[in-house]
This record gives sequence, structure tokens and C-alpha cells, in this order.
Amino acid sequence: MSEVIKVGMADLAVCSGDDAVTTLGLGSCIGIAIRDPGTGIGGLVHIMLPSSTEIRNNSNRPKFADTGIEDLVDAIIKKGGNRSRLEAKIAGGAQMFASSSKSDTIRVGERNAKASKEKLSEMHIPLLAEDTGKTYGRTVIFYPKTGDYVIRSIGQPEKVI
Amino acid sequence: MKNLGMEELTNQYYDVLKELGNIGAGNATTALAQMIDCKVDMSVPQVQLLDFNKLGEIVGGEDEIMVGIYLQVEGDVEGSMMFIQKKASAAHLVNKLMCGMLGVTEEEIVNHEFGEMECSAIKEVGNIITGAYLNALSSLTGLKIYPSVPQLGIDMAGALLSVPAVEFGLFADKILLVQTKFSDDIDLDGYFILIPDMESYEKILTSLGVM
Repeated sequence: MSEVIKVGMADLAVCSGDDAVTTLGLGSCIGIAIRDPGTGIGGLVHIMLPSSTEIRNNSNRPKFADTGIEDLVDAIIKKGGNRSRLEAKIAGGAQMFASSSKSDTIRVGERNAKASKEKLSEMHIPLLAEDTGKTYGRTVIFYPKTGDYVIRSIGQPEKVI
Repeated sequence: MKNLGMEELTNQYYDVLKELGNIGAGNATTALAQMIDCKVDMSVPQVQLLDFNKLGEIVGGEDEIMVGIYLQVEGDVEGSMMFIQKKASAAHLVNKLMCGMLGVTEEEIVNHEFGEMECSAIKEVGNIITGAYLNALSSLTGLKIYPSVPQLGIDMAGALLSVPAVEFGLFADKILLVQTKFSDDIDLDGYFILIPDMESYEKILTSLGVM
């Protein structure tokens, strides 16, 4: 019986076989899905902020794009994934509310997406597909076995990237 | 004043914050009840220190479709405030406000798509009642509190709540919030959520003489 593992905000999970990882209601956060297509081992990290270096209190590693991706990669390798085969897909980074006086925190979705992509390329993990930006939330399910990244939004048809 | 760590917040502080939430939400609920000419009940406020991954659960479920009014608070107290309700509840609220002008039946209301006029009405309601909440807070503490223009979002609860969470996430690993549920006999069902930043908690507590 396959299982769908739920990943909360600032959290990550790894799975294999027919299991899947999901995160509900991504707003400006990003769901970064990484897998090793050879073994079908993969996982999802739900990051909230672009960089751990901009912030003093940064002990919660899955909260940031840079440390979150590092930890997810480590977790996949620990479970038996092959570092050189890893590939990634990302979704999220929406702007949930139109505008604001504190423009920096509001554009955090955009900055999250940029930081995630930069970190992936720095670690030489190819980004196969992305669905980022826009103004709506996303619920995502990632199947490491097939690499399908299913994205559901309100008022939008279901997407698979 | 020493910097207050969140883990050091004692039960006494929680009680003070709870009372603040009570007064704020009481005012807001009264404003709401007057506006729609209905009896509206509110719960005893909850003050919670939550892990981020529990955030979506506080209003039911992360993928529940909700209508959120979000505003930022500036002045002596900084942070954010949210007035969030289930979509059907918002539709009922607009329907009552606009004297049934939505022209839909009880069954249709759940799937109703909001037009520009209706969105504007929801925003205005949000503006008035969050204003009532913050006014009460301001007169009680003597602190200056300026709310920003409210923003409307209709989306999954998790996505909406991630916005204040990200702001809080800049300096903490948990989120401290003052949450009050309101409801009426049948239709209304929503929450007021106040999320001041840590410095503001100190200011609020100091102004009330508990720190």
C-alpha cells in the first residue's frame, strides 16, 4: 500500500517506491522536489525564506532555500540515492497579496524562487521544470518513482510537470 | 529592556495576551454584528506558540478554501493581522451585507465566485472590523497602531497563512499568535488572528505594566 507523506512548512521528507510526498497550500513558500531517477528515491522540502545567511536565527535548516536543499540532498543520499543523478523540480513562490508597504517581505515568493534556482545550479542539480510566481496557492504531490510533480490550485486545472 | 526570548513567555503573559485578544475581538465582533444586524458569537481567544508546520491546522486544514483579509500593522506595534473565514461564510456575509443581492440560493452559495463588487464589500468589512480590533488594542495600551490598507486573498488556508508566517519566520522558528474564532447560529465561521512581532509583544506587555 503506497503512502503519501505530508511535509509541513519549514520541513522535509524523503520517500521511495510507490510512496509520495505532498505539501498543502504553498503560498510564497517553495516546494523543492529532488529525486534520483535510478533508484526512485526522492523527497520534498518546503522552504519559507531565500537565505539562511541573511538572518541571525537560522537554526531551522529546512526553513531556507540554501540549507533546505543541502539537507534534502543529504537525506536522499543517506537513503541510498546517487548524488550524481539527482534532478529537481520546483513549484510555489506566489505573491498572495497584491502590494504592501513592506515590499521586501511581500516579494519573498520571487526571491525564494530565485534563491532556490541559484542553489540548485550551484550544486549542479539540473532543474527539469518549474511552476512558480503568479498569485495563487498550490498544493503539490511528488512521486519520486516517476518524477511526476502534480500541482493543484484553486480555479486552475491540475498540472503535472 | 532585555530581549525577550519566546520560550520565556510565561503563562502570565499568555493570559495578558489572551485578554487583549478578548477585548480586541469583542470590539470587532460587535462591529460585525451591528453591520449585518445579527447575533455573532466569539470564542475565548487562544494564545499559541506554534511550529510553522502546525499553522495550517489551526483554521481547519491547509487546503481548505478561505477568504482572508490581511493587513500589516505599523507604529508602536508592528506585525500583521488576519481576518480569515471559510469561503461559504464570506459569501453569506456578503449576501447579508448586500441584502441578498448575490441572487444565489443557499446551495449555490458555496461555489459562488466573487465579483469585483463583492470583493470590495469583503475588504470593507475586513477594514471596519480589524479597525475595531486594533482600536481597542490601541486605547487599552496607549500605543500607536496604524493598520495598512487591507489586502484580500481567496485561496488555500496554508497559502494565505504563509504570508504572516514568512514575516514572523524572519526572526523566529515558531509563530506566536492570538486567535479568536467567531460564528453565528448557522453561517458565519472565521477567525481573527493577530501576530505582532517579538518587540511589539514586549511593548504591549510593558505598556500594561506586566513587564
